[in-house]
Amino acid sequence: MNIDAPVIELVDVGKTYRSGSLSVDALRDVSLVIGSGEFVAVSGPSGSGKSTLMHIMGCLDVPTHGTYHLAGEDVSAMHEDELADVRNRRIGFVFQQFNLLPSLTALRNVELPLAYSAVPRAERRTRALEALAHVGLAERVEHRPGELSGGQQQRVAIARALVTEPALILADEPTGNLDSGSTLEVLALLTELHHAGRTIVLITHEHDVAAATGRVVHMMDGRVLDESLTESVAR
Amino acid sequence: MSWIDTVRTGFEAVRSHRLRSGLTVLGILIGIAAVILTVGLGEGAQGQVRAQINALGSNLLIVSPGSSTSGGGLRGGFGSASTLTRADADALASKTAAPDIAAVAPTTSSSATLITSSSNWTTNAVGTTPSWLRVRARKLDSGRFFTDTENRNAAAVVVLGSSTADQLFSGRDPIGQTVSINNVPLQVVGVLAPSGSSGSTNDDDTALVPFNTAAQRLFGGSARTAVSTIYVEATSSGSLSAAYQETQQELLALHGTSSSANADFTITSQQSILSAATSVDRTLTILLGGIAAISLLVGGIGVMNIMLVSVTERVREIGLRKALGARPRVIRRQFLVEASVLGLAGGVLGVLVGLVGAKILPHFVSSPVTLSPAASCAAIVIAIGIGIAFGVYPASRAARLAPIDALRTE
Ligand SMILES: Nc1ncnc2c1ncn2[C@@H]1O[C@H](COP(=O)(O)OP(=O)(O)OP(=O)(O)O)[C@@H](O)[C@H]1O
Ligand SMILES: [Mg+2]
Repeated sequence: MNIDAPVIELVDVGKTYRSGSLSVDALRDVSLVIGSGEFVAVSGPSGSGKSTLMHIMGCLDVPTHGTYHLAGEDVSAMHEDELADVRNRRIGFVFQQFNLLPSLTALRNVELPLAYSAVPRAERRTRALEALAHVGLAERVEHRPGELSGGQQQRVAIARALVTEPALILADEPTGNLDSGSTLEVLALLTELHHAGRTIVLITHEHDVAAATGRVVHMMDGRVLDESLTESVAR
Repeated sequence: MSWIDTVRTGFEAVRSHRLRSGLTVLGILIGIAAVILTVGLGEGAQGQVRAQINALGSNLLIVSPGSSTSGGGLRGGFGSASTLTRADADALASKTAAPDIAAVAPTTSSSATLITSSSNWTTNAVGTTPSWLRVRARKLDSGRFFTDTENRNAAAVVVLGSSTADQLFSGRDPIGQTVSINNVPLQVVGVLAPSGSSGSTNDDDTALVPFNTAAQRLFGGSARTAVSTIYVEATSSGSLSAAYQETQQELLALHGTSSSANADFTITSQQSILSAATSVDRTLTILLGGIAAISLLVGGIGVMNIMLVSVTERVREIGLRKALGARPRVIRRQFLVEASVLGLAGGVLGVLVGLVGAKILPHFVSSPVTLSPAASCAAIVIAIGIGIAFGVYPASRAARLAPIDALRTE
């Protein structure tokens, strides 16, 4: 891992979905650099390729063309097991649908990424409890997702994303399913993580949410339209 | 992910889908129980036949009267001629003519009513010589068998089968009591031990009297001189075929018949009955076992089906686990463990049901069920094997999914 290299460096990245004779260019020649410690919002209309971009940045999908360097390393050359380890150690995901396992308690859900990196059981527990306390859910560790509100579930998901202490946190519309109160809580958490030095990429439709970040990337039809510094930074 | 975590995850998955897991386990359970029970039934039936035939006596040849052919070529049915006589038996007992024959017991038998002062019972009365006890490999429960002297003198003595003694004396000591057959009072000198064979033969319901007593004092008509069966004991199981040859040659010579094709008697060896009976049973066991194996296979396909459904239903979960850093190998392992847990549960429960079935089944069919621990263990191993074999395909399918394709699935 190269300390000086930007966390994310995309050069002419394209993604074409093909189903039969139809082909959709979800991303067209996207070039984007995100430095370490940045808090970036990606916004744009529905279907503009925001999620596709995030999946490629999160190594959940591979680009059709172009190159992607994550912290200086060429991801396209990596084997599937290495990609799994990258996702496990370097990246934390927060999804719009929370994506918690319904049969596991909040604690077990947060422990999950640690189990995949072979952290001993006892340490897993303490770290998961810390992460849950961090997001203000110390009282709810033994509850299953079905017994938690949407906002609480999303906070469990954030705890799960930060428990491995990844350099990069990717959040795809994390507040999309939440009311304004929960949205503020989630935003406050992400801002705090940003202040703690993490790189955060957040996809959102909402102007208020985008405004809370340091930089906004506007997308349209699979292209980066323009970038702007938000008022919070410009000011 | 460590094995402990993988096993734990597998168990949790099985537990959180109770109904589905239960149905899968049921499929394997039925297959395993069916295999165990059919194999047990086959084994039990074979063992029963073997025990019955062994109970006849070891190294035994049975000579029965055959059909006779008249001068005009007219052939009578079996037993149409009383072709066997005391002389035949005496000749076979000769050490010089038949060195491989250890002992000979001629018998003559007839249905007879036994009467005591207080009760009566109709059974098969058998006249024979003292060597009968040895040739038929029987034991005495109490008293003694009759002696050569008693046979020679046509003494009025009788040895009762165990159930006959029960019927006539119901618990009282029969030794020394008097029993009448055809108005001839006979003294009970011994009672046979139960034969031990659980079959339908009336080995324990019989009354044995000295041959001469039967011929001269009890039976009239043709039964007077005829011998119904001669039991021949070979010196060892190795000399059984030699004894067979000697018996055949001796009897052919005595009866003035030149070729065995015209023989007026039949020699059956215990071995030939045994192999015929067991080969029939083995065919049956293989047939039943085949059907049971098919049901086991169907159970296995059920497991595969459930695993496929389970994978499809949980594609999102697999996608999430991969997004959180699970390597394909770990996903594969998790599903393999799930499949083996189902297999193990089905196997253990199947063996338990088999054990219960083995206790209950003999009440409905007249055959014992022999379960072997080795077969039960093998069944459990097979069940786990089925789980694993049929879990491999869906597991590797799940492991190959791209994380985002899996996550996007609704
Ligand atoms: N698996 C797929 N197969 C085919 N086309 C796809 C697939 N996934 C996305 N697309 C297409 O790619 C384009 C970009 O999709 P993407 O999900 O990235 O949009 P988005 O900006 O995240 O939209 P939203 O704001 O609604 O979430 C869309 O036109 C979509 O229809
Ligand atoms: Mg999207």
